[in-house]
Amino acid sequence: MGSEIKLKKKDFQSDQDVRWCPGCGDYSILAQVQKSFAELGVNRDETVIISGIGCSSRFPYYMTTYGMHSIHGRAPTFATGLKVSRPELNVWVVTGDGDSLSIGGNHLIHAMRRNVNLKILLFNNRIYGLTKGQYSPTSETGKRTPSTPLGSVDNPFDPVSVVLGAGATFVARSIDTDTKHLQEMIKRAHAHQGTAIVEIYQNCNVFNDGAFVQITRKDVKEDRQLRLQHGEPMLFAGGTRGIRFNHLGVPEVVEVGPGKTPLDEVAKHDETVGSPAYAFTLAQLRYPEHPTPVGVFRAVDRPTYDDAVNEQTQAAIAATKSRNLLSLWNQGDVWEAE
Amino acid sequence: MATSTTPTGQETSGTARPIVEVDSVVIRFAGDSGDGMQLTGAEFTKASAVAGNDLSTLPDYPAEIRAPAGTLFGVSGFQVQFAAHEVFTPGDQPDVLVAMNPAALKTNLPDLVTSGSVIVNTAAFNAHNLTKAKYEHNPLEDGSLEGYQVYPVDITGLTKQCLVDSGLNAKAIDRCKNFFALGMTFWMFNRPIEPALKSIDEKFAKKKPELAEANIKVFKAGYHYGETAEIFHQSVQVKKAEIAPGRYRNIMGNSATAIGLVTGATLADLPLFYAGYPITPASTILHELSRYRGYGTTTIQVEDEIAAVGAAIGASFGGSLGVTASSGPGIALKAEAMGLAVSLELPLVVVNVQRGGPSTGLPTKTEQSDLMQMLYGRNGESPVAVLAARTPADCFDCAIAAVRIAVKYMTPVVLMTDGYLANGAEPWRIPDLDDVDCFPATFRTDPEDFFPYQRDEATLARPWVKPGTPGLAHRVGGLEKDALTGHVSYDPENHQKMCELRRDKVLRIQQELSPLEVNGEREGEVLVIGWGSTYGSITKAVNGLRETGAKVSHVHLRWLNPLHPGLGDLMKGFGRILVPELNLGQLVRVLRAEYVVDAVPLNKVQGKPFKVSEITAAIEALLEK
Repeated sequence: MGSEIKLKKKDFQSDQDVRWCPGCGDYSILAQVQKSFAELGVNRDETVIISGIGCSSRFPYYMTTYGMHSIHGRAPTFATGLKVSRPELNVWVVTGDGDSLSIGGNHLIHAMRRNVNLKILLFNNRIYGLTKGQYSPTSETGKRTPSTPLGSVDNPFDPVSVVLGAGATFVARSIDTDTKHLQEMIKRAHAHQGTAIVEIYQNCNVFNDGAFVQITRKDVKEDRQLRLQHGEPMLFAGGTRGIRFNHLGVPEVVEVGPGKTPLDEVAKHDETVGSPAYAFTLAQLRYPEHPTPVGVFRAVDRPTYDDAVNEQTQAAIAATKSRNLLSLWNQGDVWEAE
Repeated sequence: MATSTTPTGQETSGTARPIVEVDSVVIRFAGDSGDGMQLTGAEFTKASAVAGNDLSTLPDYPAEIRAPAGTLFGVSGFQVQFAAHEVFTPGDQPDVLVAMNPAALKTNLPDLVTSGSVIVNTAAFNAHNLTKAKYEHNPLEDGSLEGYQVYPVDITGLTKQCLVDSGLNAKAIDRCKNFFALGMTFWMFNRPIEPALKSIDEKFAKKKPELAEANIKVFKAGYHYGETAEIFHQSVQVKKAEIAPGRYRNIMGNSATAIGLVTGATLADLPLFYAGYPITPASTILHELSRYRGYGTTTIQVEDEIAAVGAAIGASFGGSLGVTASSGPGIALKAEAMGLAVSLELPLVVVNVQRGGPSTGLPTKTEQSDLMQMLYGRNGESPVAVLAARTPADCFDCAIAAVRIAVKYMTPVVLMTDGYLANGAEPWRIPDLDDVDCFPATFRTDPEDFFPYQRDEATLARPWVKPGTPGLAHRVGGLEKDALTGHVSYDPENHQKMCELRRDKVLRIQQELSPLEVNGEREGEVLVIGWGSTYGSITKAVNGLRETGAKVSHVHLRWLNPLHPGLGDLMKGFGRILVPELNLGQLVRVLRAEYVVDAVPLNKVQGKPFKVSEITAAIEALLEK
C-alpha cells in the first residue's frame, strides 16, 4: 500500500472537530493510528474504517480515509461484507467494549472464527461513556454506576480470552498512553493476514477515570506490566522477576537472578504456538496477582475467509462454461410452446 | 373437474376405457410429511407443464420436518390445478384426492368437490392409523364416503410385491410407495411418463442408484396398474392450453426471485453479493443463488439475520449490489440496519418471503401480514421503496425492478413475496434478450466539487462512490448528515430538510411506473384492489363475475411505496372499493389514510390463500348494496 508522496500524520486528520471529552484516551489512540498509518504509507483512498456506536465509534469521522459509522455492535458485519466483496481494500474496525462484547458479541466471535482479513481496534474503557456511565461487560464485579447503585454482580469478560476462545489468529493488547507500544501493535496488526484484534486499555477520564492506572502509572508500570516479546524471556520489574510455567503448565511469578530462579527457567514467549491454550493461559495473568501482559499474545497463520470465498467464486466461474443470461434462464426442463 | 365431461369414445391401444376430455383438473396429493408428497406433486406438475397445460401449484406442509407418522397435524399436501386454459390459482377445491393414510383423508376430504374422486391407500387404513386419525370406524367401510368416487388400492402391498426382489429393506421399499400413486395418476390423466422417468433417475441416480431403479420400477407399476386393473372407469385428458408461443420452464417463486436478482445485477453491471441466514420459507433463495456462484454471484451464510443485512450493506458500500432475504421474524431483526441503509442512501434489496405471524407464527403457511412492517417498521422517518410480486413467475420481473430502482435511486428496496408464491409453481415464459433492458450503474469518480450528499435533480439520488476511488474518500454514517457535505449535522432545519428529501426521493419512484393496468372498465360499481399473491384468486373471481355482466374491475398494485400516482383518480370511478388481503386489513388502512376513501376490507388469516368463491361472495355482497 505504498503511496508516491510521503504522507504525514496530519494527512490522516480530517477537517472535522474532534468531539471527545478533553483528556479522553481516544485522542492518543487516534494520534497513534494517524502516525502509524503515515509511517506505514497507508493509502487513504484504499482504506476504510468502519465503527459501531459509542464514543470510540466516532473515530472514522476524524480520519481522511473512507469510513462508515454504522450501528451498535454490528461493525464487523459491514466490514465482512465489504472485505469479501472488495478484498483489495484495507479494512479496519473501531469498536468499544460495550459495542463489541455486549450488543455485538456474536459478530465479534464469528469474525474471529472466520478469520476475515479485518483489523479490529477494541477500545476498552470498562464503561459505557456515551450513555453516561453504566457498567460494561468488562467492568469489574461490584462496579457502582447509575444502573448498578448497589454494585454490579456479573463477572467481567476479558476481551483477549474471549477472542482467543473464538479462534482469533492475531491478538494483542496495548495501552492508550503507551504511544510507542501502541504504534508497534497497530503496525503488527496491519501486517497480519487474517483477523487482527488489538485490545487497547483506554482511560475514560469522565466516567471511569483511572481504570488502568494501577498498571499504567509511570512509577509502577515496570513492576506491573509484562511486556510480551516473541522469543524473549517473560521478565518484568527490570528483569528481576519473571514467569515460569510449573509442572501443570500454570504460570507463576518467580524472582530471577543469582541465588534465585535462573534465567533459563523463565519461559520464553512464543506468539506462534499453534494451540490457543498457551495464549489463553497468558491472558489469565492480571494485576494484582500477576503482572498484566501487554503485547502480541498470538500471531498464527490461517487461510482467510475473504480469500476462501473468492477462491470458490473464481473456481465456480472457471467451471461454468457459458455464463450469460440465456444460460441462466434456460435451466432445467425447458419446453417449446407453438 | 371444472367443466362437464364428455366421453369422446376415443379408444387407445391397451385400454378399452374411454378418454374423457375436460378443461381443467385440480388434484391434491396428501400423506404423512415423510411420505414424499411434495416430491410426488412436483413430478406431477412437471409432467403437466411438459404436456402443455397451464398450471398453478399449492404446497401445504407442516412446520415439523417429520411430524409423528399418521397424525392429523403431520399431514403434508400438494395441490396442482392444470388446465387447457389460463390458470390463475391452484383451485379452490380438489377434483381428485390421493390420500396415503387415514389422517390425510380426514383432513382433506372436506375440501373435495361433491362427487370427487378419492384414491386411498387401503393398507394404511389399519386400526393403529385409524386411531391416530381419530376415526371411530373405518371410513372405507362405514359408508361415510358415499357420494364420492372411491378408488381403494393397496398401494403399500403392491409396492412391496413390485420390489420383493430388489434387495432393499422393508423401510426403503415402503418409502417408494408414493411413486406407485404417482404412476396411477399419470395413467389417470394421460401424462407423458418419459420426463418423470428422467427426473426420478436424475434425482436418485447419483446418490443411490438402487433407489432410482426401484422408484422407476414402482412408478411404472403404478402406471400399468391404472391401465390394467380396471378400477378406473376412464382416463382423463386435459388438452394443451393456449399459451403464448415461446420457451417455457416451470418455476417456483423463490427460484424466480433468485434468477431475477442475478439478472438484475447483470443488467446493472454490478457484482451480486447475497448474505443470508436460514429461515422458512426464504432459505431456498440462498440455496438457489448459491448455485449461481459461477455467474460471479457471491453468497455467504452468516451468523444471524443482522449480520446478513449488515454484510449486504457493507458490500453495497463497496460498489456491489447487496441483497438479503428473510421472512417476517428475520426482517424484524434487520430493521435497524435497513434504517442505516436509508440514512446512508445506498442500494440494497431486501426480500421478505412472508409467512404467518406474529412471532414464529405459522412458518410454512402463507400470509400477507408484513405490509405495515415493511412500510413503517423502522425507527424515525425511514421510507423505503416496497413492491410485491403477484405470481411465482412475477417474482422474476419484480426482482429486476427492485434492483433497478435500488441502484437508480440509491435506496433500499423491499421485495415482498410470500410462502404461497415461494413454493408455488407455474410455467414461466423464458424471456429473450430483447425483453430486458440494461441499466448500468454509474459511479462517481470525479473529485472536483465532490459532495457525498449532492443529489441528482431528477431522482434525488446521491452519488455512489466506490472506496478505492482516488480523491473521493469520505465518511458516511447513521448520524444525521448535512444535506450537501454529509458531515454530521445537528442543525434543526437541516434535519427537516433531510427527512423530506429521503421521503421525496422514494416518492420520485412514481415517475418510473407505467400506467395502471385495470382488468375491466375504469368506471363501475366495484373496484377490487389487491396486492401480492392474491392476484390469481381475485382475477378469477372478477373474470367470473364480469362474464355475468357485473360492473366490477380489478387493479393489482405492484408498488406499495410509492403508491401509483393514478390510483386516486381510478378509485373515484367506482361506487365501492373492496380490498382482499391475507391479513386483518393493512393495505386497506393505507388506502383509507392516503385517499380518505371508504374502502371495504376482506380479510383471511388462516395460513391459506383465498378461495375464488370467497372473493366472489364478497364482491357480490357489495354489488347488492
